[in-house]
Amino acid sequence: MKPSGAPSWSFGPSDSERIEEILNNLLYESNALCALLVDRTGQLVTTVGEQPDFDSAAFASLTAADFSANDQLAALIGEEDFSSLFHQGRSESMYLADVGKRLILVVLFNQQTTLGLVRIKIKDAVEGLNRAFEEVFGRAEGVESPALERGFVDEAEDEIDRLFRE
Amino acid sequence: MSMINYASREINCKIVYYGPGLGGKTTNLEYIYNKVAPSTRGKLISLATETERTLFFDFLPVDLGTIRGFKTRFHLYTVPGQVYYNASRKLILKGVDGVVFVADSQIERLDANIESMHNLYENLAEYGYDLRQIPFVIQYNKRDLPNVSSVEELERHLNPDRVPAYEGVATKGLGVFDTLKAVAKLVIKSLG
Repeated sequence: MKPSGAPSWSFGPSDSERIEEILNNLLYESNALCALLVDRTGQLVTTVGEQPDFDSAAFASLTAADFSANDQLAALIGEEDFSSLFHQGRSESMYLADVGKRLILVVLFNQQTTLGLVRIKIKDAVEGLNRAFEEVFGRAEGVESPALERGFVDEAEDEIDRLFRE
Repeated sequence: MSMINYASREINCKIVYYGPGLGGKTTNLEYIYNKVAPSTRGKLISLATETERTLFFDFLPVDLGTIRGFKTRFHLYTVPGQVYYNASRKLILKGVDGVVFVADSQIERLDANIESMHNLYENLAEYGYDLRQIPFVIQYNKRDLPNVSSVEELERHLNPDRVPAYEGVATKGLGVFDTLKAVAKLVIKSLG
């Protein structure tokens, strides 16, 4: 691979609708509270279900770190990876699953459902998401994404000067 | 790997502060956290040891506002500087859009700076990234201390490609915003 800067990726409204439909189905069938998709670099892609009342940027960053740290732990014991993680709380729990090594699906649930049901339904959702994102990433690698509007850079630079001043 | 979400019209860019242990990376983020308008930043998350050494990372999201219809945000991260935390350091570099190297100007830390810079190149190369193609700036920190190397000497050892470099005293905020502005603008240019 030729060394370069990190590639960007992007997705549009039709990708978003397809992904949200998969996540809405998952919530309906599993009776879970909320599903979040986070990319492996720690950025929140989308949230479906009950809107969380926590800091979702921090949540996404910690989720990616959690998954990455566990990947390293897996490697240390000779496993290729841990494709899913489960964190149990007193009233709310979370289940995290790998999506194509690029994203993480996080499902928050409470005692209205069971870990077994959530786990089974997540498996189906992950398959659907894998198919959807194969297209997104295939496109990102093949075609230029739509250009940002002219003037974006100048305006952003002005904002940077305004925001980061003593 | 900046993520441009055309559905929710958001752009998120990841900037990583790198450098040797106790060089002032976390201090840079703390200064930014305290100085930018509270409405434009999220919580400062620190995964640190009891003695306040960074264990995994610090994280601070800063919101640039909506630019031409896109909600634009910078995610600032630091890495743990201590040599034996390399696994954590490498993980944080995943998907990086811009790098700030915070060098410790003290004469006795020159070797630690050089080692950390080599480590940065190596860790990026493992992801297939080339630092020369990523927005990159250097901050020569702790310029207020008596036992510092000259900027010329630091440049010679740490900045062969002559990327933008700034003198700093992060504890007093000197150079912190100059550094951040420089890398943020380079990252934005790389999107446009």
